[in-house]
Amino acid sequence: MQKIYTKIDQVSGNVIALAADDVAYGELAIVSTAQGDALAEVIRIEGDLVFLQVYSGGAGISTRDEVRFLGYGMQVSFSENLLGRIFNGAGQPLDNGPQLTDCMIEINTPSVNPACRIIPSKMIRTGIPMIDVFNTLVMSQKLPIFSIAGEPYNELLARIAMQAEVDLIVIGGMGLKYNDYLTLKQTLEDGGALGNSIFFVHTAADPVVECLLVPDMALTVAERFAVEGKNVLVLLTDMTNFADAMKEIAITMEQVPSNRGYPGDLYSQLARRYEKAVDFEGAGSVTTLGVTTMPGDDVTHPVPDNTGYITEGQYYLRDGRIDPFGSLSRLKQLVNKDSREDHRDVMDAMIRLYAQTRETLEKRAMGFKMSDWDDKLVRFGELFEAEIMDLSVNIPLEAALDRCWSICARCFDKDEVGMRSALIDKFWPAA
Amino acid sequence: MAVQTGKIESINGNLIGVLFDSYVRQNEVAYAVRGEERLKAEVIRIRGNKAELQVFEDTAGLKRGDRVEFTGQLLSVQVGPGLLGMTYDGLQNPLNKLADAHGVFLKRGISLPPLDGSKSWTFEPLMVEGDTVRAGDWLGWVQEGLFEHKIMVPFHFRGAYTIHSLVQKGQYKIDDTVAVLKGEDGFDHLVTMSFDWPVKLSVEAFQERLMPEEPLVIGTRAIDTFFPVVKGGTFCIPGPFGAGKTVLQHITSRHATVDIVIVAACGERAGEVVELMQEFPELIDPRTGRSLMERTIVICNTSSMPTAAREASVYTGVALGEYYRQMGLDVLVLADSTSRWAQALREMSGKLEEIPGEEAFPAYLESRIAAFYERAGVVKLNNGETGTLSIGGTVSPAGGNFEEPVTQSTLKVVGAFHGLSKARADARRFPSIDPLESWSKYQGVVDPQRVATVRAMMKSADEIRQMMTVVGEEGVSLDDFILYLKAELLDSVYLQQNAFDDVDSYCSEERQKYVFNLLSDLLVAKSAVTAKEDARSFFNQLRQAFVDWNYLAWDSDEFRAKEAEITELLASGN
Ligand SMILES: Nc1ncnc2c1ncn2[C@@H]1O[C@H](COP(=O)(O)OP(=O)(O)O)[C@@H](O)[C@H]1O
Ligand SMILES: [Mg+2]
Repeated sequence: MQKIYTKIDQVSGNVIALAADDVAYGELAIVSTAQGDALAEVIRIEGDLVFLQVYSGGAGISTRDEVRFLGYGMQVSFSENLLGRIFNGAGQPLDNGPQLTDCMIEINTPSVNPACRIIPSKMIRTGIPMIDVFNTLVMSQKLPIFSIAGEPYNELLARIAMQAEVDLIVIGGMGLKYNDYLTLKQTLEDGGALGNSIFFVHTAADPVVECLLVPDMALTVAERFAVEGKNVLVLLTDMTNFADAMKEIAITMEQVPSNRGYPGDLYSQLARRYEKAVDFEGAGSVTTLGVTTMPGDDVTHPVPDNTGYITEGQYYLRDGRIDPFGSLSRLKQLVNKDSREDHRDVMDAMIRLYAQTRETLEKRAMGFKMSDWDDKLVRFGELFEAEIMDLSVNIPLEAALDRCWSICARCFDKDEVGMRSALIDKFWPAA
Repeated sequence: MAVQTGKIESINGNLIGVLFDSYVRQNEVAYAVRGEERLKAEVIRIRGNKAELQVFEDTAGLKRGDRVEFTGQLLSVQVGPGLLGMTYDGLQNPLNKLADAHGVFLKRGISLPPLDGSKSWTFEPLMVEGDTVRAGDWLGWVQEGLFEHKIMVPFHFRGAYTIHSLVQKGQYKIDDTVAVLKGEDGFDHLVTMSFDWPVKLSVEAFQERLMPEEPLVIGTRAIDTFFPVVKGGTFCIPGPFGAGKTVLQHITSRHATVDIVIVAACGERAGEVVELMQEFPELIDPRTGRSLMERTIVICNTSSMPTAAREASVYTGVALGEYYRQMGLDVLVLADSTSRWAQALREMSGKLEEIPGEEAFPAYLESRIAAFYERAGVVKLNNGETGTLSIGGTVSPAGGNFEEPVTQSTLKVVGAFHGLSKARADARRFPSIDPLESWSKYQGVVDPQRVATVRAMMKSADEIRQMMTVVGEEGVSLDDFILYLKAELLDSVYLQQNAFDDVDSYCSEERQKYVFNLLSDLLVAKSAVTAKEDARSFFNQLRQAFVDWNYLAWDSDEFRAKEAEITELLASGN
């Protein structure tokens, strides 16, 4: 039977070490402490010393606590019974439901063979023009909301989730404030989606190591449902907390930090999670929307920076709006060619003009005389912000495109917008 | 040869320490064995009787004491007919065949032969018995799609050999012996149509290196006209995320005027490679009338695939590139992104507890990058023919700041720098190549005198633009304002190019010369307008006409008609 070890050699932060043999890298163990049983994972083997990371933290662990190795890695139960349930990072129920133990699957799943991926092709309509027109969201896309702390990012996340036509929603909360968690839950409940949702929640008060498990739990379950044909939307909030948990642990492990204290593998760690987004041929899909809060509103901070290199774009939330400059959907060209013929040109022209508006506003702020052209740009900017950018606007893509033409026609002459003549002839509103 | 073995002593992520029994070789390939699984690894440090190995796969489940088998071989690629059109992972596993055999997920510990050993090729000899040959010489050829794939004396053969026997024209498989060579050592050496070559060794089987100077046309105006690249040259594309590095590489892989393109997707998004893998077989290369995939090899080691194999993936790319170069072909290797490979080096260096350099990158980063780009070049082969290998790599600098080790090390060694600007990308001015910061040491297809004049003009116009942000439009003279508008026109209708439009995405050499001549005349001409508002309106009209023109097929009736319209417009304004 399983051997029981009773002599822990080192406790440092969340990591314990003991002499043990026949232990596998990545294997789970149970540490029986005075506070109860704690799960731990083998993170390093050095000769006969085995290092384990204790999910609930190292606090209170005694050198004579019992350690039992389980012979398998971290797992999660997978079945329809998950629906409507709420768990913590280690997979234990946080609602009043039963602990699920049937059909356990490992959370460390291999990556999808790129040759088996298909090109995403389904637009997700959100009714938000800044998304639908300018940065279209696509089924199986991975895309975070970049935001500073005070912005309504969870509301935006929930709103998109409610509009998206998916089969189920998996929520991974990391360092979530309890109130934010309740609000999220309420929104899903109001929208009638709670029964098709699964929560894995780590709140700010929970042990930091559990935070690390949340994305894997959520994505493993999502991937499995997708293999079985479901279109799954995964919401991960806030991935910066996930990265900070990695940083904290790396530093306790005395790893050489690469950039502002974050470990050198931050990119690979984030990528492994985000790359789970996929569209399976003949089966379902995983779409991942995340939140990445930007410390100090700094996109060059290592977490948003590495994230931007991994994800298929980002929605940059600033001043309660989705900023057209920082935002990008890298998959938009896969779907906006088939939406309406003027979609791409309208999208590009509006942004180019709005970029000029910004320059003009700077000029105006410095007290320069405004030319006729400047006045046109200023007017354009006002209309664009009020009728398109405002987050309360909720209209279908086609109406939003028409509205863009209308704004252009109210501000400019035809040859001032830089669009192809053929489109202007067709879509320019009659005076 | 008996297999050398050892036992796992320590495991830290994908770094394992192995106590070996007798001897090991630095950088040799080994396998960590657990049950049926054999996990590929490479020796990266030896100390005493302990070797440290980077494992190319997830190490979960390995135990101390598990057996390790050393192969004695350096990490190698298999070369031979049948490489073109394939998609490999970083270790040259054929991804489509893996999918057929093992399904959607990449199970670890599984590898398949890179080339199809059962396929027959028609071999035709190019030499006769008694000829003297050396490494790299062409013994014969087989038709591989568009190309005469040369069957060569393997590159590791040293010195001169006499052809003892050579098969007649006929059907052979890659493992069939096609020649027997007698060496100076008096022994017979068998040559088949395929052999292994270590990825990190550059192929030296040629007479000499020549100066790269023949332009490599990409069809992107900003590059070919202003910051050109040449066959056998090197270039880099640094830029923050979203600036357009990958789009630029994809467009390059489609249109570049070379024979073969090898795309190494290193540590970035899988989705992007999928677009390429699925679209290329459908796309017809107008220059050959055949599917683009027939001239392409994709090496795909994306971000969720094993980190340690990222380094292997870029080397696999250049090694295959050098192989085809030895056939007298023009090959282009594109690596997206070299920063991911650098990061993989950093991760491993950290685990080895080496002394970290700047931003924790290892001290040898710079020499590794230099050695990588040095593998590009023009070579004069033993038979006097030339072959070229060009390398273009993207760089993903942290925070978009070019003052970081990977960008800086790369800039020291490449021949052209296409720096992408976030401001331009944000304003949708694609390709976002910064026209003032970028440079090229090569000469392109467009009259260099004109290019120099226009560049000087762009520079002055930028100074005017900056001045206008301080003194306003009214603070600059009409002439200066017009110069500014001219530069804006050039930007809108020449530098900017829509990568997603069938026509505009590719601007041929001929078309570039033609349009640039017309445009540069216009830019130097004196304008007759007398008011700033008139000037703006005139240039708006011009821009509109030119934008429309860009979307019309070269030399079509519509193209000519639009040109007439532009000429008329110009006459009215001057
Ligand atoms: N030449 C171009 N024309 C039009 N759009 C472009 C062009 N280059 C880039 N883009 C836009 O920018 C996005 C990001 O480009 P990408 O090459 O993926 O950036 P990077 O690789 O630098 O992160 C693309 O999805 C596309 O929307
Ligand atoms: Mg890219």
